[in-house]
Amino acid sequence: MLRDDTLSLRSSEDIVLIRQAVRSTAVDLRLSLVDQTKIVTAASELARNTLDYGGGGTVRIEALQDSGRRGLRLTFEDKGPGIPDLERALKDGYTTGNGLGLGLGGARRLSSEFAIESRPGEGTKVTIARWTT
Amino acid sequence: MDRIPILKMGDYLLVTVQVDMHDRLAMTLQEDLADRIVKARARAVLIDISALEVVDSFIGRMLGSIAAIARVLDAETVVVGMRPAVAITLVELGLALPGVRTALNVEKGMEILRRSLGHSEGNGNGAAAESVAPPSEADAER
Repeated sequence: MLRDDTLSLRSSEDIVLIRQAVRSTAVDLRLSLVDQTKIVTAASELARNTLDYGGGGTVRIEALQDSGRRGLRLTFEDKGPGIPDLERALKDGYTTGNGLGLGLGGARRLSSEFAIESRPGEGTKVTIARWTT
Repeated sequence: MDRIPILKMGDYLLVTVQVDMHDRLAMTLQEDLADRIVKARARAVLIDISALEVVDSFIGRMLGSIAAIARVLDAETVVVGMRPAVAITLVELGLALPGVRTALNVEKGMEILRRSLGHSEGNGNGAAAESVAPPSEADAER
């Protein structure tokens, strides 16, 4: 059976655990080393966003198989304040915190698929996927 | 609390990051290094990241901060051993580590530091050694 786990994200130690879980799933799926590194790095960026801006949340890690190709889907969800201006949040260098503002835009560049939903006052959900190339 | 060890060798401080750092560990390393640079009167810091499988924007920013802090404290920093997949990912992420000197491995990193400290050879007084070195030779290597 293909892996489908949901991990909770409450502290910066959890970011390390999420990186490890994403890495081991990517290795099982036989993603190339560069693809593994990209998806783990994207996961790290998004996990930190969920923690810093969403006040914590969950990450779902799914292994995917679709007519011969294999992939990995990650869903980050929080019930934080939401992002009022998504377009701006996706721009490099824009941040409301102390970071570099590379998280969302960077994670999008590192992924094959990227989707974000956010409602002010309700929370944010970011979904990314990386397929074998 | 766990810490990343900092080794002193002559004028140099050596750090080998061997674990996947959580954020607090990275912040502690930054503070410990600033402390050690002053206490040990170090002229240079060499950070080996060859064991790191991932460098995200947080760690990237930390490396930049360490280099900047060291510079303010009159020490040079070289980051060595970045894995190729990490380099590809960092650049795609949008982080090219501005202000951070890099070298392929520890040996090349030491070479850069030795050259920029003016052949001090870790004798505890880089400035004096620099003034002793023939100016023509020093210029040629820059």
